Amino acid sequence: MWAYVLRRLLVTIPTVLAVVTLCYMLLHLTPGGPFDAEMKVSDAVLANLQAKYHLDQPLWKQYLYYLDSLLHGDLGASFRYADWSVNDLVARALPVSLVIGGTGLVIAVLAGIALGIVAALRQNTVVDYVVMLLANIGSVLPSFVLGPVLVLVFAITLPWLPSGGWDDFAPRYMVLPIALLTLINVAIIGRIMRGSLIEVMSSNFIRTARAKGLPMRVVVLRHALRPALLPVVSVIGPLAISSITSAIVTESWFSLPGLGKLIVNGASDRDYTLVLGLVVLVTVMAVLLNLIVDLAYAWLDPKIRY
Amino acid sequence: MTRTVSKTDAAPQGRSPWRDARVRFLRNRAAVGSVVVLALVALACVFGPMLLPSAFDSVDWNLMSNPPTRAGWHLFGTDDLGRDLLVRTLVGGRVSLLVGVLATLVSVCIGVVWGAVAGYAGGRVDSVLMRIVDMAYAVPYLLIAILVVTVFGRDILLVVGAIAAFSWLDMARVVRGQTLSIKSREYVEAARAIGVPTWRIIAQHVVPNLLGVVVIYTSILVPGVILTESVLSFLGLGVQEPMTSWGVLIHDGAAVMGASPWMILFPAGALSITLYCANFIGDGLRDALDPKER
Repeated sequence: MWAYVLRRLLVTIPTVLAVVTLCYMLLHLTPGGPFDAEMKVSDAVLANLQAKYHLDQPLWKQYLYYLDSLLHGDLGASFRYADWSVNDLVARALPVSLVIGGTGLVIAVLAGIALGIVAALRQNTVVDYVVMLLANIGSVLPSFVLGPVLVLVFAITLPWLPSGGWDDFAPRYMVLPIALLTLINVAIIGRIMRGSLIEVMSSNFIRTARAKGLPMRVVVLRHALRPALLPVVSVIGPLAISSITSAIVTESWFSLPGLGKLIVNGASDRDYTLVLGLVVLVTVMAVLLNLIVDLAYAWLDPKIRY
Repeated sequence: MTRTVSKTDAAPQGRSPWRDARVRFLRNRAAVGSVVVLALVALACVFGPMLLPSAFDSVDWNLMSNPPTRAGWHLFGTDDLGRDLLVRTLVGGRVSLLVGVLATLVSVCIGVVWGAVAGYAGGRVDSVLMRIVDMAYAVPYLLIAILVVTVFGRDILLVVGAIAAFSWLDMARVVRGQTLSIKSREYVEAARAIGVPTWRIIAQHVVPNLLGVVVIYTSILVPGVILTESVLSFLGLGVQEPMTSWGVLIHDGAAVMGASPWMILFPAGALSITLYCANFIGDGLRDALDPKER
């Protein structure tokens, strides 16, 4: 097991390094530098500034400097927000994204599993169809259509909730964004859970369990649930990564001060260091999440032992 | 598409798997209907703007935010600058569909070559190529697309490139897997045993069997790619005014949906119909080309 963890960790290092290198080189293809302002400073000052930020060095040395500061957890200074380092910006935005995205994902997984169980046990009945139809709303409407729809219904037609904005983790402002992120994912989880539970329920050991007279609740919860959960667990990692897209849309649409909003603003302002820092950060988080999910999978499935 | 068969076969003519697939596909009403609808949408996007009286960027100060009306063919209404929404939706559809087709083509080419090489070569080449795919999987591709837009500005071809650069991964995996399994099939073994040259095995046994999954995965790619372009446009990182795409129109419409709901309704409807149809066609193709799945 520990050898497997170690091996997986060793694979993540080249992944992150490749992304950082690619993005860094991409940024340096652009013409112009941070000090090419309209107000020209004198050549001597410019030279000093460039020396301070190692801009007078060859590219590979600059790259090594960047890697060095990355390893020290320093993402550099923002190009656009004066007085702010990328670290400061991230420190303010990260909790927002984690709370919104994490809550959305957890609710989606739990609700999806529950809906999937209900639909599977009542397979091909009205309950099954209704549950799956409701769950599918989120997967047929893209997030940037569903978001406006939610606002139209729950903020404009029924003035229950604010249509966007943020007030220091006030729950009122978090309901709609979390609902949007949940709806996007719940259908996928629900469908997988339904399919896998139907398959497990028709296997021999379930027939044995039922034949010896166990009540249905025990059969499902004790015997069927664990093997049926495996496919669900295996999609959580990819799902979380693909949810980054809908999370960015959500934060942008509801004007939440999270990482997504930050990266979109950074992109329209062409704030290079900010975008680069965020890409690196999110990639590392995504890779780590994948690792955790794989380990959870190994722990759940007795067939997999590393 | 017909192929000669052995003399013992009772049928005078062989049925090619492709003909079977076509019959199966045509029997699928949802898929055939989707093909018709999608063709109509595409035709309307290509030729509609030429036939309609208004231009997509002509501003009419007398017609700001007008609801849909038959007068002047403003069937979808006008936006807050008095531009005809029907023409804008069609022109936006051109951009969205074009990006979808281009990015899909690019990623299919990369994915098929990558997967086929990995599958045929096997060994170290295979493991290196597939590790790269594994690594690319872990990267949140939308962020890379955003980074590209940040660096090079908003250029539609770059958006295509950025989307394509991360859409070929599934294709590569599937093609590799299929190539591996075809390589070890009995009919390939039989062909090898009776001395069929390698190139003919590849041409007659491997490629036709690859085409099925390639077609299926291509049809699955298209809606995803269109969606990604729309997301970028929705975030304000796609095409620039006065040019437009469905994502841009949905974004603009969403901002004023309380006052003029038609501005979000029609573009969102167009996008949804397109995605639906593309998904149905994909399902139909999978059912038709992959009989094992049924």
